[in-house]
Amino acid sequence: MIGPSALDALAGIVGPRWVRHRPAELATFAMDGLPTRESAPGAVVLPGTRQEVVEVVRLLHRLGLPFVARGAGTGLSGGAVAEPGTVMLTLTRLNRVLRVDAAARRAVVEPGVVNARLTEAVAPLGLHYAPDPSSQTACTVGGNVAENAGGPHCLKYGVTTNHVTELEVVLPDGSVTRLGSPQGEPWGPDLVGLFVGSEGMFGVALEITVRLVPVPPAIRTLLADFGSVRAASEAVSAVIASGIVPAALEMMDQACVLAVEDSIYAAGYPRDAEAVLLVEVDGSAAQAEAEAAAVGAILERHGARAVRVAADPALRARLWQGRKKAFGAMGRLAPDLAVQDAVVPRSALPDILDRIAEIRQRYGLVISNVFHAGDGNLHPNISFDRRDADQAARVHDASHEIMATCVAAGGSISGEHGVGTDKLEYMELVFDEPSLTAMCDVRQVFDPDGRANPGKVVPVRSCREWHAAPGARERVA
Amino acid sequence: MSARIAAQVAALLGAGAVEREPHGVPRAVPDSTEALARLCALASAEGWTLRTSGRASWLPADAPADLAVSTRGLDRILAVSPDDLVATVEAGVTMDALRRRLAEERMWLALDPPGRGERTIGSVVATATAGALRHGFGPVRDHVLGCTTISSDGRAITSGGRVVKNVAGYDLTRLQAGGFGAFGIIATLHLRLRAVPEHDVTWLLRGDRDTLTRAARDLGATADAAAAVELLSPAVAGEPEWVLALRFTGLRVAVEAETARLAAMAGGWHELAAPRAAPLWTLAALAPLGAPVTLRLGVLADGLDELLDLVVARLGEGLLTAGAASGAVRWAGEATAEQVRELRGACAAREVPLTLERAPWPLRQQLGHFGAYREGIQHLTKGIRRVFDPQGLLQVAMEAPRG
Repeated sequence: MIGPSALDALAGIVGPRWVRHRPAELATFAMDGLPTRESAPGAVVLPGTRQEVVEVVRLLHRLGLPFVARGAGTGLSGGAVAEPGTVMLTLTRLNRVLRVDAAARRAVVEPGVVNARLTEAVAPLGLHYAPDPSSQTACTVGGNVAENAGGPHCLKYGVTTNHVTELEVVLPDGSVTRLGSPQGEPWGPDLVGLFVGSEGMFGVALEITVRLVPVPPAIRTLLADFGSVRAASEAVSAVIASGIVPAALEMMDQACVLAVEDSIYAAGYPRDAEAVLLVEVDGSAAQAEAEAAAVGAILERHGARAVRVAADPALRARLWQGRKKAFGAMGRLAPDLAVQDAVVPRSALPDILDRIAEIRQRYGLVISNVFHAGDGNLHPNISFDRRDADQAARVHDASHEIMATCVAAGGSISGEHGVGTDKLEYMELVFDEPSLTAMCDVRQVFDPDGRANPGKVVPVRSCREWHAAPGARERVA
Repeated sequence: MSARIAAQVAALLGAGAVEREPHGVPRAVPDSTEALARLCALASAEGWTLRTSGRASWLPADAPADLAVSTRGLDRILAVSPDDLVATVEAGVTMDALRRRLAEERMWLALDPPGRGERTIGSVVATATAGALRHGFGPVRDHVLGCTTISSDGRAITSGGRVVKNVAGYDLTRLQAGGFGAFGIIATLHLRLRAVPEHDVTWLLRGDRDTLTRAARDLGATADAAAAVELLSPAVAGEPEWVLALRFTGLRVAVEAETARLAAMAGGWHELAAPRAAPLWTLAALAPLGAPVTLRLGVLADGLDELLDLVVARLGEGLLTAGAASGAVRWAGEATAEQVRELRGACAAREVPLTLERAPWPLRQQLGHFGAYREGIQHLTKGIRRVFDPQGLLQVAMEAPRG
């Protein structure tokens, strides 16, 4: 709980209207997109200006209170979930695009700007913001920075870290500093690169300078369907090895296709396909045409039953809506959805997908695969009912086994969702003790008290976290 | 002292792993990550200061230290996967050896750093020295998927991995790209590769600098399709005039469509015959070695003209290359500490960072690779250095001394 004097002090900065502390109000903030972790913060504060954010962080520093910065709460790793003794700093009111420099292809935005709104704002200039997570109509650029978010088109254009050139940040002690430069050349070591993906544990981004990318002159979107998941994943490997880098290369298995086709997002995917690939190439008209022809030929050589090319923007939009709303469509299958996230070397995809099918069968679970195949970034999504303890336990065990399998194949436990709390237990599958300790030590440079988003990313036993510190809880009261 | 150090290192790694530099400093040449870790642990226990180099063909190996460490013995290409377009290499592998090996598998690392082919990949990453291809393929950090670094007290610290997308843990790999070895000694690297393009051509335009920067601005979408859009000063290109060089890689049909657009533009664009294209880019890579000091600056493309005017006015034209669309500038020539300090100040006022890429130790020591940081950066950088180098043994001049 957060004491009344702290609440008054917060209200003194942002106004009473923007401090939430009643249980019903806090319940709204008890979860992010991860269905298995629920904890209401002690209070929620919603600053409306950069200066208010700074003052709030300084106040929390003086009071020794931990805090969790949060954007839209669409994260899938429990990274924006707070303990009861923690203040949640919600940044959605800082939603202005501050500057756009079309000639230099840069935009400066506040952290609460919604990802898709940024692209809408610069579209009249023939530009767009390339990272496009499936949640882009809701998620914020600040949240994208915290998680180093990706998306389908990151195969060609790179993830968030490739698009952020400069950050103004407030560190947990309330000091404000700028990292990077407008052009992107670091001003010293690459602290922007270090900050992006630090899951809100190094501080809070106040202003974010991003690189904008021209809207490609020509786009071709191909839909290929396959009689087996293995054939589709082998086709993915063949496309990658060809040297062509598609803008996006996505796969959906039959469970996912059926979920989409049964929903309001139906995209016309063939229901009898064991797997479909959605491939997009772009560039000049000649490049898009040539690459579409080459990719189409590879897909057919590797067993595609049919390859369809979206002939008009409306069909292209429909095909993409099905893909981007697939997670929503899966809501029809069960009350809860564990959206998993792992990465494997692309050549391992066929075997890994076989293994996931075997795990699904063994645990008696419903798993739908929709993922960024070109990056080897898997999303095995487990539909379940968390009120069923036995089912929830099987989800946990199957998830662990999937992660271990991906790591054993040379992969990683997260490609774009972050570690948060969901994947803490898997970190030791990937990193040894000295490496985890070094991460903790680097974190302590930014946040010596461990108050910014405590208990995330690195297992607590490797770090001296806030809630492990003697007397920390007493200070809150 | 140095004889004792040499003897201790020989006892640890074998006599064959110890050399003596001309001015007497013992040099250790470990041949594995484990040997490097044991060496650093010993150095830490003894409190020896360390100077790291690869083959010392880029940054001079001249920092004062009790012990020099060369990574050139870490020269194995550990894995190459054409299906995944990923390679795992030791830091001492030379660019030439890597290129040869990748070419056998029809792959390439889309990096064309300055310097000779004998440069090690560890040196390229530690100094973040990209060449003209950064326009199309990004800076050095975008090519590094993960790494293992040995701290100055012998801990092996891994970050990232060998997959192309990865957010597990903090991105410590980014610290190493351009960290100048201040955050430990890079031992192994996972690199992102590309398939050798079907077609690879270079087109040129010659003229005075203003004409060429204007021509670069007029390229429009053609610049976006290029792998490199590089402005070369006459001394770099070996020509009487400035040269704007464009490189296109990809499917032949697509490349030919782009170059047809270029041919239709005014100004005299022409293709450089294939046998001459590779030597031009090699010349550009070797050019900085013709001078003792190399600087790197980054400016938004619309400020490039003004920045080039500023650099030329302060230091002369020197050996200058610039990404005409990316705004990445490299200048090489002779410069005093005072000149660089003044230029750095003028650049800082324009929000342009100036990195001292390469210079003799006395200059590095006076100026630091990064000079004076912005407010609030120094304590972060120092704190992070302590994580990887608790005793301050690694002899790297990151910042300018205060006062």
